[in-house]
Amino acid sequence: MSRPRKQVHLAAHFPGVNNTTVWSDPAGGSHIEFSSFAHFAQTAERGKFDFLFLAEGLRLREQGGKLYDLDVVGRPDTFTVLAAIAAVTEHLGVTGTINSTFNEPYEVARQFASLDWLSGGRAAWNVVTSWDAFTGENFRRGGYLPQDQRYERARTFLQTAIELWDSWKGDEIVADKETGRFLSTPDAGSFAHTDAHFDIAGQFNVPRSPQGRPVIFQAGDSDEGRDFAAAQADAIFTGHATFEAGQVFYADVKGRLARFGRTPDQLLILPAATFVLGDTDAQAAEIAHEVRLQQVSPATAVAFLEQLWNTDLSGLDPDGPLPDFDPVVSDVAGLISKGRASVRQFAKDPIGLANQWRELAAAKHLSAREVVVEVTGRQSFVGSADTIATAIDRSVQEDASDGFILVPHITPGGLDRFVDEVVPLLQERGVYRTDYEGSTLRENLGLAPVGAARTVPATA
Amino acid sequence: MPESQNRIHLAVALDGAGWHPAAWREPDARPLDLFTPAYWVEQVQQAERGLIDFVTIEDSLRLQSDDPLEPDARTDRVRGRLDATLIAARVAPVTSHIGLVPTAIVTHTEPFHLSKAIATIDYASTGRAGVRVQTDTRADTNAHFGRREIQPLRREDVAAIASPEVQQRLRDSFDEAAAYVEVLRRLWDSWEDDAEIRDVATGRFIDRDKLHYIDFESRWFSVKGPSITPRPPQGQPIVAALGHATVPYQLIARSTDVGFVTPHDAAQATAIVAEIRAEQEAAGRANDTVHVFADLVVFLDDTREQAASRRQRLDERAGADYTSDALVFTGTPSELADLLLDWQAAGLSGYRLRPGTVPHDLARITNALVPELQRRGAFRTSYEASTLRGLLGLPRPSNHYRDHDHDHPATTTTTTAADVA
Repeated sequence: MSRPRKQVHLAAHFPGVNNTTVWSDPAGGSHIEFSSFAHFAQTAERGKFDFLFLAEGLRLREQGGKLYDLDVVGRPDTFTVLAAIAAVTEHLGVTGTINSTFNEPYEVARQFASLDWLSGGRAAWNVVTSWDAFTGENFRRGGYLPQDQRYERARTFLQTAIELWDSWKGDEIVADKETGRFLSTPDAGSFAHTDAHFDIAGQFNVPRSPQGRPVIFQAGDSDEGRDFAAAQADAIFTGHATFEAGQVFYADVKGRLARFGRTPDQLLILPAATFVLGDTDAQAAEIAHEVRLQQVSPATAVAFLEQLWNTDLSGLDPDGPLPDFDPVVSDVAGLISKGRASVRQFAKDPIGLANQWRELAAAKHLSAREVVVEVTGRQSFVGSADTIATAIDRSVQEDASDGFILVPHITPGGLDRFVDEVVPLLQERGVYRTDYEGSTLRENLGLAPVGAARTVPATA
Repeated sequence: MPESQNRIHLAVALDGAGWHPAAWREPDARPLDLFTPAYWVEQVQQAERGLIDFVTIEDSLRLQSDDPLEPDARTDRVRGRLDATLIAARVAPVTSHIGLVPTAIVTHTEPFHLSKAIATIDYASTGRAGVRVQTDTRADTNAHFGRREIQPLRREDVAAIASPEVQQRLRDSFDEAAAYVEVLRRLWDSWEDDAEIRDVATGRFIDRDKLHYIDFESRWFSVKGPSITPRPPQGQPIVAALGHATVPYQLIARSTDVGFVTPHDAAQATAIVAEIRAEQEAAGRANDTVHVFADLVVFLDDTREQAASRRQRLDERAGADYTSDALVFTGTPSELADLLLDWQAAGLSGYRLRPGTVPHDLARITNALVPELQRRGAFRTSYEASTLRGLLGLPRPSNHYRDHDHDHPATTTTTTAADVA
């Protein structure tokens, strides 16, 4: 009756520029020196992780017209740091989040094809779109795309990139020294693509890379995002989800694949997950509480409440009650917080949300800061190594996910203990590799090789 | 180590299997490895063993063609390449002293992206990054982007290169390059070095007064800033450009740290250096260091006859005599050393050598030319600095935004030795 145990996939998200990352911890190191990236990547590889994941942010965040200074600020360029990471690892995939709004297909396609060559077939692309003109102010092709065009542009951008990658079949370079034929055909790389967003033609200049094309990730949770993933992606990166919500999401997205002529094993579902590891469950819970207080410093609590109230709350005592007045209602463009996707939900019904938080505060006798601790991101896994290994295994076996993209809260050592203590337990359970199966990321993710050029169906 | 009077700087220009079109057919060539990381790592490590100042890596946003204006249909040449910036990034962690200077096409790319990319290579190499900026107004490249109206250079334009109309178009394209470099430089300075404070007491990670909007406006693009990447280890990575005429010399003079030029004799070298110095003066940069490197394609063997016969064999295989924008040198390492020292009096800081074939000519540069120059006291015997700026004798510059009124950025961010004295 029982099906074979699913294998757990694990990946490592380099700690981000948000308050999940605890920079104030004495163990917190540089977020920009390459040694931090090398340590983090080599630890992930020691733990046989599938890949390292980098998020993207192309403009420094602001609040109230000033640069936001309470979180980690500053990050490297994605493509170049991934290429450098490829030099200090052998098997680990390198996944970059790259925007389809402030780039052009020819350039992005050649950067990913180059990264795939330079990593020996380990490149992956998390395709995202940008939602604001705020970020566009850093770019020649800045500007705003309405919601309904964002996914359309992302879809056609990816389609165009696939055509560019497929413009080399893989057998063009013969390099016969005797006859003097380097190329088998003068038409290598020829392409032409015209649609509402792109009108380009010519010859692509990077020969077909080891994976044929990078592994494709998608990270949106909206209906369009789920369809986009079901149609085109190899893996989907989701937000923090409870076990039950994870199962619902998993069933929904896997259920969409058939409509696009695909099978459930062709799309991996990999939620982001934080963790706090202790010697015992009780100790882990204690540490987790301390970490929450580090993540929500008094200043961070006030800043977070300002995002919902949409006004200056600098006089607010974080250890006192929530503001007794209602939030300033505004559309997204009028919010005082800029460059932060999470605040979009605050524009929907800020007064209703504020009332919910007041009710929570009254019911549990919470201060303003304690409310923020309560309502913002919780740790996904808290416990001893055995507890965490059990929870991860259950999540995968019971179809809440195919594995996790772990988000440690300390840079660069936040993964060390997980790799030393949790990974061996997963290996003992027989649900996690003891060595890499293949040489490419696609092989290690258990995805079929890229075959002949496939055409992406129009939106279903 | 004090810079000796006649000490020269050497760069090596990497491109495919070497600069001769038949280089890939040589017995020691590895044309099937051109797209592997090992190929590039080995070449740069070889150059590093020769104590070379830096390597450049060629690039383009189109397939190579022998025709300067259009695609060709040739199948007997190396075609296809990897992104040079990513090659440099891949090589950075596995080298330790040599500078890494990829080519970037400025006409179609985003200065914001390139600025953080070069800054990131500077972090990954702990201070050895640079970038060589290049314009490309070809019609075929433009069609790969389809984003802007560009009046491409046609054959009739080349024939009338001196006409005011064509000169104006060249100037426009290089003015855009200068604006692009200005954005790179401002973004590198948009974080002061001590902007990251990690003040636990107040919860502040940065002192936001030490981050700066660059508010750059031009007719091609506007960029707000600050960069998302903190100021790189060198402060300002090296900016380089290649020029063959007055308009690009102006770009070299007003925007770069290193200019590559193509004199064919010492007198031309003297004239070009004088022209660049005059343009520096006109741009208000008379006191800034702008190193002028002469480019040479080199075919090196133990005897002049061997070198000549090897080049002849290559030419026969290519079906044409090899010509280049740069002087093509064919001879012994000792004869090349004579030439380099002879031309140096023109005011050149050094040379960018383009190996005719790889690995042969690269190995002759590092194993024969360099020892010959060392014997003559004209080249370093060990790396004297750990950054590219250091190898080029350039101090780490102060930050433009620290020294100036933040609300009124000056038109240039370049700094001089006096600024940091």
